[in-house]
Formats: sequence, C-alpha cells, structure tokens
Amino acid sequence: MNLVLDIAWTHVRARVRQTGFAVAGVATGVGFSIMMAALMQGSQEDFTNRLVNTLAHITVSDERRAPPPQPAESTFQAAEIHGLTPEARRRGIKNPLATMAALEAWLPGAVGPSVKVQAIIRYANHDVATSVTGIDPRREAQVSDLPKQMRGATLTALYRATNAIIIGDRLSEKIGARIGANITLQTSEGARISAQVVGFFHTGVRQFDESGAYVLTKTGQILSRQTGLINELRVRLRDPMNSREIASRIENDTGYKSVSWQEANEDLISTFIIRNIIMYTVVGAILLVASFGTYNIISTITHEKARDIAIMKSLGLSEQTVRSIFVIEAMIIGLAGALAGFLLGYLLCLALGSVEIKNPFIDSDRLPLAYTYKHYLLAGMVALVSSVAAGYQPARKAARGNPVEIIRGAT
Amino acid sequence: MNGAAKTPLIEARGVTRILPGIVPTTLVQNIDLVIRENEFVAITGPSGSGKSSLLYLLGLLDLPTSGEVLIRGRNTTHMDEEERALTRLSLLGFVFQFHFLLPEFTILDNVMLPMRALARLSLPQQRDRARDLLASLGLGDHVHKTPDQLSGGQRQRVAVARALANEPPVILADEPTGSLDSRSSEQVFELLRDLVEKQGKTVVAVTHDLDLADRMHREIKLMDGAIVVDEVQARR
Repeated sequence: MNLVLDIAWTHVRARVRQTGFAVAGVATGVGFSIMMAALMQGSQEDFTNRLVNTLAHITVSDERRAPPPQPAESTFQAAEIHGLTPEARRRGIKNPLATMAALEAWLPGAVGPSVKVQAIIRYANHDVATSVTGIDPRREAQVSDLPKQMRGATLTALYRATNAIIIGDRLSEKIGARIGANITLQTSEGARISAQVVGFFHTGVRQFDESGAYVLTKTGQILSRQTGLINELRVRLRDPMNSREIASRIENDTGYKSVSWQEANEDLISTFIIRNIIMYTVVGAILLVASFGTYNIISTITHEKARDIAIMKSLGLSEQTVRSIFVIEAMIIGLAGALAGFLLGYLLCLALGSVEIKNPFIDSDRLPLAYTYKHYLLAGMVALVSSVAAGYQPARKAARGNPVEIIRGAT
Repeated sequence: MNGAAKTPLIEARGVTRILPGIVPTTLVQNIDLVIRENEFVAITGPSGSGKSSLLYLLGLLDLPTSGEVLIRGRNTTHMDEEERALTRLSLLGFVFQFHFLLPEFTILDNVMLPMRALARLSLPQQRDRARDLLASLGLGDHVHKTPDQLSGGQRQRVAVARALANEPPVILADEPTGSLDSRSSEQVFELLRDLVEKQGKTVVAVTHDLDLADRMHREIKLMDGAIVVDEVQARR
C-alpha cells in the first residue's frame, strides 16, 4: 500500500472510537438528508401527479383575461368611457368544433369539449354548491383520469338514465346520497332539474371529491339553458410539464383564457419552492454540523501526532506528503460516513415508508417517498467535500509546523 | 587538519541563527565549519551553547538567518521545502535523544518508512534491506514488534537503523545516548563508531558526555553560539 495511505489508515484505525463518532456524525447527516430529500420529493411528486391527473393539464374557458373594450375605445384613441358595463357576450366558445380541430392539429395531446356549470345540489335538506361538468364519456379517457377514478360504476353509466349524474364520493357521504338517489340540481340561470345518482368518483384531491359532479354534455347544456353550449375545452398533454408554454400559445391563438395546471395551482407550486429551500437549508446545516465533527477529529489527531509529524518531516517527508496523510484521513472519515449514511438513509426511507399517516391534502395511507440515486450522490458528494474541507485546514497547519520546535520540546 | 584531501560533505559558511521575538535570541553566530567524509565529530558545550541548533542547521531542519549551508557542495539556501526534504531523505540520517519511532508501526515498518518515502527500491527490496539492517544491529528477532515492546537501547538502535535506511553518507545524532543507561549507551556509541570506522560513514553527534566526546575523532566545542575549540583527537 502507498505510504501515505498506510499511515493515514493506521491513524484512523488506532482511534476506532473517536473516528467512529466522526463517521457517525457524517453518516447521520447523510442518512437524514437522504431521508428528507426522499420524503420531500416523494410527497411533491405524489401531489403533483394527483393534481395533474385530476385536473385537465390546460383548461381553455370562454372567458377573457380582461373585459373587451368598448367599440368607441378601440376606434378613437382619445375616447375614454366611464360608467358603462362591458359589452355582454353570448356565453360559450364560438364554433367549438372548429376551434378544437385547429388545436388538435398542432397540440401534442388531446382536447375534450365540456360544459361547466355552477349548480346547487339539493338532497335531503342539504344544499351544496357544486361544480358540474358536462362531458362526453367516450372522449373522457383521452383528457382525464376520470374513468380510472370511478367507484361503483363506469362512466357509461351516465347513459343509463335521463339526467344521470356522477358525484364525488365525499359529496355523496356529505349529503347521504347513494346510487339511485334522485337529487335536485338548480342553477343561477334558473334551470332546475332532477337527476339520478349513477356512480361516484374518487380523485384523492379533497376539493374535487367534495364538490364535483359530472353529467352528460347535453344535461350540462340544459342546466345552463343554452343549447349547443361548450364553455370549456380541456386539454391533456403527453408531457404535462409543457403546460405553461402550450397554454400561452393557445391563448394567443384563440384569445380565450387558457389556464395551465401550474397556473391554477400557483400557490401550491410556490409552496413547493419554499419547501425545497427549507429542505436544502436544513440538510446543508446537518452536513455542516457533521463536518465540524470531522474537523474536530482531524485537529485532535494532528495535535496528538505532532511528534510523529515532526519526526516524519525530519526524516525527509515533504510538507505536501504530511498534509496529504491528514487530508486522506478526513477523506476516509467522509467516505465511511457517506457509505454508512447511504445505508442509514435507505433504512430510514424503508421505515418511513411503512408508517401509516393521514395526509390532510390527499388521502394516502403511506408516506410517498422518492427513491433516486441522485439524492445519495448529492449527499455523498457534499459529505465528502465538506469532510475534506474540514480536514484540510488542520492538516495544512500540522504540515507547516517547524519540526525543530517539537523535537526540542519533546521529552 | 586531518584529511584535507577529502571532499567536504557539509559546509557551513558564516551561519547565524537568530530566533525572532520581543527579545531576539541568538542561537548560533557566524559559524564556519567543514565536515568531510568519514569523520566522527562530537559537538560539545554547555547547555544552551547552541549545540543542537547547529546540528539542526547542518541537517537542514532549520534555516539560518544568515549565512549558508552546503551539502556536498550544493548550496541549500535557495532550495524550496520539497527539495530540502528530499536532500534530508537521501543524504542525511537523523538520530535523536528520544527514539521517535512511530508507535503504531512495527519496527520493520519504521525502518522502511524513509525507503518508502524515497521509493528508490522496490517494496520487497526495501523489506529485505530493512531486515538486513535490523539483523546487523542484533534486532533480527524483533522485526514484527512495535516500539513499545522493546527496551530503550533496542529502540535507539532501531532509530539508527532507520537513519541508515537510505544509505546516507552522514548520520546526525542529537544526544543519541542521552536517555540510555550506561550499558545501552555504550552499545549505541560502539554502533556509531563502527559506522565510521567500518562503513566509512560520517557521524556528527551532539553530546554533553565528555568521556564519549573524548573517544570521537574530532571535537567541536561551542560556547554561546560560537566555536571555541575545533580539534582532531589522537586516535586510540
């Protein structure tokens, strides 16, 4: 074995307990940062997946971002009109089939037409504000995961009765409506129909499960009292991460407000960013504290070994050789700590993965964890680099010392 | 002077060493000295006269404040740390009052240490040479022991073996018998004398033991950092 490695290894081995603590410090840092990263990323991915798959990736609605200007305002630049309500427009996306065809020509994904109506469900003395979506069951599989989220029936059950309705499972619990129950739907347009519950869905996102309902497009048009109305196009992309760019392109093309899932959940996404900042800060602090342990042990060894250092230098070992002995000791501690930390991190992940926890936002009974080599690589690298950095300073100081002073003072 | 024809091995020219501080301390002052091949030199003098300081300066362990030290005619003043270390490794062997062996290593490993650092021989060759060296010093049975399993005299002999590892022409010894009882002390002294008389090495030893100094070939006596006596002694 190389002389430097040999001496470094002997020093470390001769202090199993001390180096053991330093290694344990690094290992704890690495292990917990791996666990935290797995939990943070896992829950974020899990939540994003649910969100992405429940909502359409992009929702094109018949609204515009700003009310249309008065004709006089667009004709005469100087004109400014006060006290007028904006021009009322007929609701719905104009010529929806042509718009859809135009979008489908370039979109990397599918488009589905739907009618969105706000309605109040009345059943057994309960009044619940509901967001009712009129859909085409045959196209739904292309634009959402709804067919997979059905409970107790398939989407085609909507054809089973006139005015059939599918409601969220939490909504059904809330009002006590079972399959076959006849509920009343009332809208602000003045429509009032009676509908039969034919199935439930469960997305896992509380907001939808508590106040969402699906009917046929035709029923939706009756509720909004406008035949042929399509007021929403739901887009599902092959890669949901492109939603922002594609949404703004749709908005440019059609003029209709197009909201990507990211925009719709901006507050959550910014929460994720804050969460990640917190995570990296905490992980960084843990690893920093662990590197203090490494600094400590290397300082201790160099102090204990001052005489040996002096003698090695007097024999003719260069400063650089002596320094590398202690840097390598720090590296050994960092490496051993990282490896032990990998094991600890993996075990912690396994342990956490077996814990049952009720998440307030989404109902999963296991903690979602992301297993990726990247977390291990990152934590390992940081541990190694910080250990070497912590060991370098005492190593340099020890190697620089004048051997004569120590040899003279030795007794 | 004895052996003027011999090449100077170590030469000091006007070497002064002053320790900086609030009150600067002069360790040695304006030393001129030539040490040639195959000499057995004692450096003597009262405590604080600068004996050890001179030895460290001659051995490149310390740098002179002014003046220069030449090793085999090469001026060492402008060498960098690395080059000085290499010179020590290959041309100078050190023995101190205390054995200064690395406690975690066997004595074989201790003797091999300078050879491994120099890496002039292959590892098996280094091992053979270390074994031979230890055997020639009567330590052949102890090669796998650690220093704390040996007696003081044995340890000091291991230290001599280590100093000889890279076959340096010069051994610099700082009170090599200072911490030993009289029997061990005699053994180590004879060992050093044999190096000079049988192997042609040069030994420079700092000692306060005037009996030992008398038995060496040349005595340099220091007083307050300056040479007061430099005489070749009659051989016995």
